[in-house]
Amino acid sequence: MRHTISVLVTNEFGVLSRISGLFSGRGFNIESLTVAETLDPKISRMTIVTRGDDKVIEQINKQLNKLVSVIKVHDFTGEAHIERELALVKVSASAADRAEILSIVDIFRAKVVDVSPKSYTIEITGDEEKIGAIVELCRPFGIKEIVRTGRIAMARSPKQK
Amino acid sequence: MKKNGAQILVESLKKEGVDVIFGFPGGAVLPLYDVLYDEPIRHILVRHEQGAVHMADGYARATGRPGVVLVTSGPGATNTVTGIATAYMDSIPLVVLTGQVPTALIGNDAFQEADIVGITRPCTKHNYLVKDVKDLPRIIKEAFYIATTGRPGPVLVDIPKDVLSSAPDDYRHPDKAHLDSYQPTYKGHPGQIKKAVDFILSSKRPVVYAGGGVVLSNAADELKAFSTKLNLPTTTTLMGLGGFPGTHPLFLGMLGMHGTFTANMSVTEADCLIAVGARFDDRVTGKIDEFAPYAGIVHIDIDPTSISKNVKVDIPIVGDVKTVLKDMLKLIPQKSSLSGFKKNTAGWHAQIKRWGATHRLSYKQESNGKLKPQYVIERLYHATKGHAIVTTEVGQNQMWAAQFFKYDRPRTFITSGGLGTMGFGFPAAIGAQVAFPRSTVIGIAGDGSFQMNVQELATAVQYKLPVKIAILNNMMLGMVRQWQEFFYDKRYSHTCVSVAPDFVKLAEAYGAIGLRASKPGEVDGVIKKALAVNDRPVVMDFRVDPFENVYPMVPAGQPLNKMLLV
Ligand SMILES: Cc1cc2nc3c(=O)[nH]c(=O)nc-3n(C[C@H](O)[C@H](O)[C@H](O)COP(=O)(O)OP(=O)(O)OC[C@H]3O[C@@H](n4cnc5c(N)ncnc54)[C@H](O)[C@@H]3O)c2cc1C
Ligand SMILES: Cc1ncc(C[n+]2csc(CCOP(=O)(O)OP(=O)(O)O)c2C)c(N)n1
Repeated sequence: MRHTISVLVTNEFGVLSRISGLFSGRGFNIESLTVAETLDPKISRMTIVTRGDDKVIEQINKQLNKLVSVIKVHDFTGEAHIERELALVKVSASAADRAEILSIVDIFRAKVVDVSPKSYTIEITGDEEKIGAIVELCRPFGIKEIVRTGRIAMARSPKQK
Repeated sequence: MKKNGAQILVESLKKEGVDVIFGFPGGAVLPLYDVLYDEPIRHILVRHEQGAVHMADGYARATGRPGVVLVTSGPGATNTVTGIATAYMDSIPLVVLTGQVPTALIGNDAFQEADIVGITRPCTKHNYLVKDVKDLPRIIKEAFYIATTGRPGPVLVDIPKDVLSSAPDDYRHPDKAHLDSYQPTYKGHPGQIKKAVDFILSSKRPVVYAGGGVVLSNAADELKAFSTKLNLPTTTTLMGLGGFPGTHPLFLGMLGMHGTFTANMSVTEADCLIAVGARFDDRVTGKIDEFAPYAGIVHIDIDPTSISKNVKVDIPIVGDVKTVLKDMLKLIPQKSSLSGFKKNTAGWHAQIKRWGATHRLSYKQESNGKLKPQYVIERLYHATKGHAIVTTEVGQNQMWAAQFFKYDRPRTFITSGGLGTMGFGFPAAIGAQVAFPRSTVIGIAGDGSFQMNVQELATAVQYKLPVKIAILNNMMLGMVRQWQEFFYDKRYSHTCVSVAPDFVKLAEAYGAIGLRASKPGEVDGVIKKALAVNDRPVVMDFRVDPFENVYPMVPAGQPLNKMLLV
């Protein structure tokens, strides 16, 4: 099963390779990984998407916790949370297709961020499904290039007190 | 005058109570060696950096204190890697200090530059590159703290040359290490402990399976109290030997691939297995699905990753062995109210006795026949009455040392279990002898392994260290040959090492003493002579039967009760 795991780490030299080395050395897979500073510049957050059965996921959580540079590990699986990815899609846009592409952009609340005589570059954020859907709809026009970030995630706040 | 990084570092080491460093100099650490010239700390000059790490490791295993290594950048640093990996696999506390090229040159393929922090990341508990001399005291404090607490392990600190030679305006030695991200758990969960005790008392066929964690936690007394109070049959792993007295009536011997018949049968038939500081290694479990198939498993371990990694356990207790066993002992009722438990387990004790009577560890020494390696070990045990620190190399010699010498006290059996590093035993013996100059230290060796760090004879001679090396010389890479005999149709591919030096002459060439025994009748005399030497190393060359095998043996991947027996 797929898991999205958030890892708080001390923001120090080499910490990314400690984490990625742990995954490769122990044969765990990484589907995506994003890193950035938190509010506290001494601490970074990594969001890792990985896959494995319960036993593997248990080891991943424990092994991450064991690293001296890791402050906290949180697995979002099974709790209410928001996931987002960002994609830039450069799609061929002939004069005849432009209107239709713009309407897709509109429906998905995406944005055209660059225009050339032959193409649009669309920026879209959303969960994996949403990004997958817009990519599928753009495909018939001809996708020239696509760049996607890894996933980030945040727990939802409780709805009542 | 302002102190430079090298002087500050030596101050830090002294504050940590370091009394000896095992090292080898070079360009990048010259500022530090310049400070050591005034002998503020004892320094043992080795002949190869791998030797330095194994010595520090032997020192650490014998004393329980962290071993300290100092080497230069580049090749000095890379030569430590096998030693570091060896310590890492067996959870041994080391602090390895490596020189590095000056900060400004890092990344430039500078002379003798190697990314040792990158190279050792997967085989250290943690490692550091010191970029500013002001961080040095804090990093050294943290390095010792991380190496020695929780599940111990090696920590490497890489120090660029300019950091050693620059003098900061001000610096401070911290009293304590503060690490938000590292807080090992020592105290076990009371609910789990209660559950475990209740479960044990309800069992009919209990067995204790104790490992290296007992030794690392200095919990041999607590384990003995626990096992004897409940009359629990107790087996140990290779790493646990000495953690429970080897001559105790409840001791079943080692379990696993070369474990005793009794230990392996007991674990297979047990209904309650109490794993204490052991990590369910594949050499211990054999075929994993058939390991302890009838047992509910209690597992005490300080490292959560050890728990349910290989075998699913029923009652996990994360904590320090010593602390947890003390808490468990408090919950065990008075002797009188244990009569029910005693009655329930009586049949089990009788069964174990029967197993013990059918297949004990054995070999046959004919008085005029070929010298048997097991006999040599028994005579060493007899001559020392077990009062010795024994280190081993890797292979058959290691297994016979585990089987035929009895270890009553922890930290008297020193072996590379997890990595199985040939070349470990001799330098480790030197390290143990440095720690205990007056103890008898015996290095049981194979002729193959001994040659992997034989250069350290010079070190032992230089510091007048009277280690006794007993080479079980079979002119073979014996353990590999044994596998070829059993599983590869006796096709002895590249396992004959009969082209070797005359070990007696080799010892003499180094200024050590060389002795030889080729017949059973010569063994006691050689041992007696060796034990009388107290000012230099002794190499005993025992010419043993090249085709002797280690029994019992559980073929890899088979369940524990499918043993090949003598
Ligand atoms: C040729 C060869 C043959 C071998 N054959 C055998 C064999 O037949 N039988 C055998 O047993 N081994 C054998 N070994 C050794 C084997 O490979 C393993 O090294 C060994 O079994 C591991 O022992 P252990 O489980 O006690 O773990 P160790 O490696 O000693 O690990 C200690 C465990 O205790 C935990 N721990 C550490 N400190 C504490 C603390 N304070 N409190 C609580 N827990 C703590 C650690 O987290 C870890 O899980 C062989 C090795 C070689 C080279
Ligand atoms: C550095 C290293 N290389 C290879 C091995 C594989 N190996 C395991 S046991 C063994 C044979 C050891 O021979 P020897 O030291 O003569 O001991 P014996 O088994 O004969 O007692 C070998 C080659 C190892 N454990 N370590």
